[in-house]
Amino acid sequence: MLHFQRWKVILVGIIVLLGFVFAAPNLFPSSALQGLPSWFPHKQVNLGLDLQGGAHLLYRMDEKELVDDWLGTIRGDVRESLRSNRIGYIDLNKNTASRAVSVRIRKPEDVERAFTELKKIAVPVGADVFGGFSGNDIDVTRSGDKITLTATEVGLNERISSAIQASIETIRRRVDAFGTTEPSIQREGRDRILVQVPGVSDVQRLKGLIGETGKLEFKLVDPSANAAEVAISKKVPPGTELLYSEDEPPIPYVLKDRVLVSGENLVDSQPGFDGRTGEPVVNFRFDAAGAKRFGRATQDNVGLPFAIVLDNKVISAPVIREPILGGSGQISGNFTVQEANDLSVLLRSGALPAKLSVIEERTVGASLGADSIDSGQKAAIAGMLLVIGFMFAAYGLFGVFANIALLVNVALIFAVLSLMGATLTLPGIAGIVLVIGIAVDANVLINERIREEMRSGKSPIAAVDSGYSRALITIIDSNVTTLIAVLVLFWLGSGPIRGFAVTLTIGVLASMFTAVTVTRMLVAGWLRWKRPKELPL
Amino acid sequence: MFRGIKFVPADTKIDFVSQRVVAWFVSAFLTVVPLVLVATIGLNMGIDFQGGTLIEVKTKESPAQLAEIRGKISGLGLGEVQIQEFGAPDEVLIRIASQPTEEEQQTSIAKVKEALGDTVEYRRTEIVGPTISSELIAGGTLAVVVAMIGIMIYVWFRFEWQFAVAAVASLVHDVTATIGLYAVMQLEFNVSSIAAILTIIGYSLNDKVVIFDRIRENLRKYKRMPLVELLDRSINEMLSRAILTHVTTLLAMMPFLFFGGEAIYGFAVAMCFGIIVGAYSSIFVASPMQLILGVQREAFSGSPSSAKGKAEKGKAEAEARA
Repeated sequence: MLHFQRWKVILVGIIVLLGFVFAAPNLFPSSALQGLPSWFPHKQVNLGLDLQGGAHLLYRMDEKELVDDWLGTIRGDVRESLRSNRIGYIDLNKNTASRAVSVRIRKPEDVERAFTELKKIAVPVGADVFGGFSGNDIDVTRSGDKITLTATEVGLNERISSAIQASIETIRRRVDAFGTTEPSIQREGRDRILVQVPGVSDVQRLKGLIGETGKLEFKLVDPSANAAEVAISKKVPPGTELLYSEDEPPIPYVLKDRVLVSGENLVDSQPGFDGRTGEPVVNFRFDAAGAKRFGRATQDNVGLPFAIVLDNKVISAPVIREPILGGSGQISGNFTVQEANDLSVLLRSGALPAKLSVIEERTVGASLGADSIDSGQKAAIAGMLLVIGFMFAAYGLFGVFANIALLVNVALIFAVLSLMGATLTLPGIAGIVLVIGIAVDANVLINERIREEMRSGKSPIAAVDSGYSRALITIIDSNVTTLIAVLVLFWLGSGPIRGFAVTLTIGVLASMFTAVTVTRMLVAGWLRWKRPKELPL
Repeated sequence: MFRGIKFVPADTKIDFVSQRVVAWFVSAFLTVVPLVLVATIGLNMGIDFQGGTLIEVKTKESPAQLAEIRGKISGLGLGEVQIQEFGAPDEVLIRIASQPTEEEQQTSIAKVKEALGDTVEYRRTEIVGPTISSELIAGGTLAVVVAMIGIMIYVWFRFEWQFAVAAVASLVHDVTATIGLYAVMQLEFNVSSIAAILTIIGYSLNDKVVIFDRIRENLRKYKRMPLVELLDRSINEMLSRAILTHVTTLLAMMPFLFFGGEAIYGFAVAMCFGIIVGAYSSIFVASPMQLILGVQREAFSGSPSSAKGKAEKGKAEAEARA
């Protein structure tokens, strides 16, 4: 096993060299990297949120709200379908718990026709690449005069998927406006979204921006109702609703149910300042349809107040002085500059399809991250020096070979981590140290085996030869078992733990390469050069 | 030339397996006592598994006025609140029990920030809702079980079922002993503890496989040697390797105990303990169990696994010629 073909030696040499080259950028601060020539690799290891600071927010979508909204739409469809076909009906109900909308048909002779018409509401969903589909989004069933439309599991999944997709897009637009580098926003499981934003300091504001539903509505204030009285008596006149402002104390408003224009008709919103008062405001612009509707509504209601409602809270309720026909307007509401800015981002990014709530939050401040890097680095370097010292003490020259392999190993880990764009976490640093222990174990196994072979009277070359080949089986067996545990860790873990599993996996694989190949070549080269009568082991 | 110091003499002849009765007692102690401890004192469950809020702050003055902070927070009506120094005199860890709903969980943190204001720097906040904490418990348990099963299958495939059973039994021993350490030291038990346990499983198993490997080799080599003697011989032959490897891993890990920072301290303690317990169980649990389970020598003389060994050897020789 001590003779290597030339191409093998060259290949190993190249791998080792590349390892050092691609690991090198990590030695420089990123500012210094900018100054280096372009051929020099620039990729550094990504630091995890625990090392560079940032926020990890796991959101869950409110499924009940989504189902409720959907059933509302189905009910509307049922009503419209029956009306346009002139079919009389009673008891049109939605039941969120059983995910169904039911209706009873007045005349028995209409039931068959109604059933056929209502079946048209259901659409096939979940078409896959093979062209088949997994079913309709709604099941339509009939018993007697009662027709029930039940939301199916596939339909619901489809709804959730598209709502999650839309939410991700919305959140991305909002987080991008925050101006941080490389936020990661991804779906987790069925109804969750994981948002990771490195380097963010004002997490409270970030959460406010992401979690707000952002549903904007323009509604008329009911001039005939006395809001203060309604707020006390809770007797809301039919066709209106009672909403409050965000002031302290909140001011009640009685608003007409009908939505004049909603946020969907908004094409742009920007923060700005009021020309006269100089206070921060949000300027917005409607699309053509929105402008037309808003123009007509303001024309008909000059002199009356209307309300700008965001997520069921009244932001402001100005009086219409003149018809607003240009399709653009201004929202003022005693904002600070930052509030005006955030509101414009919220409006621009569109509304979330359903409410999102935080179910897990982990944030690390930048200073703690820096401290962790610092202490992690110190501990790792100290650990490595101790191991290097001990290996030399235990094996002399063969310890030096093992130590060279160790350095190559660490370089390879950093090179692979940098190239993969993997993330280094604090547990990951501990993982590297553990790998040092494991990598050394391979060389300990080999060296002990060589000593044993020497004791049984073998020549140096024969001892080294069988030492390596015999130890190899043990090394593979023992490393595979470690990898099994680590893969489970990867599968289970998230964030820092996953970072630990990744570094450990790369490290174990690299250690098999360095301990077995690199040291063997070093030892073989030395044997050929010195031709020793006995091994210094 | 410097040959290195032989820390362990080459020809030790220690009767490890003959002392197995003592070892059984120690091992039983290490397995049962932790369970009793967990049942009585209990584990210091972190918010990962219990749900709740954790806030790490650094005060502007040093040392931190814990009583003052406690005064400000206890009036907020957030239920059970723990306030303790964390790593340095000006660093404080505030733990708030899980709130009934996810929204209240969110407001709890806002309330604390309002109460403390700008007198402190917020270094870390973690909120784990009840959904996530129960998932993490299930996930953590599942991970440990799946890892054990995976390992058992691999060892069974590479060796014999007796080895697989012995390996898993001693891993259970290592895991309970480590959990016992968490109970005794009242270290926070959280997701990184599960990571530590899985890593210990991987590392400890690595050690067992190395000894199994030697037992297998010796079973082929000494066909007539009594099993007790053979096991002792195998352990002694691997003793030098075992000690050197465990010492280097400990040396590598130990600096994390002293200056790795609070965040990694619990992990480092568990790892160091796990390395030692794993080393113990390889010698005193996994190996003597072969006696009870009755390893079949025939399995290693004419069976496929021996043929596989030969094939590997043949391949190795072929490589050597190349």
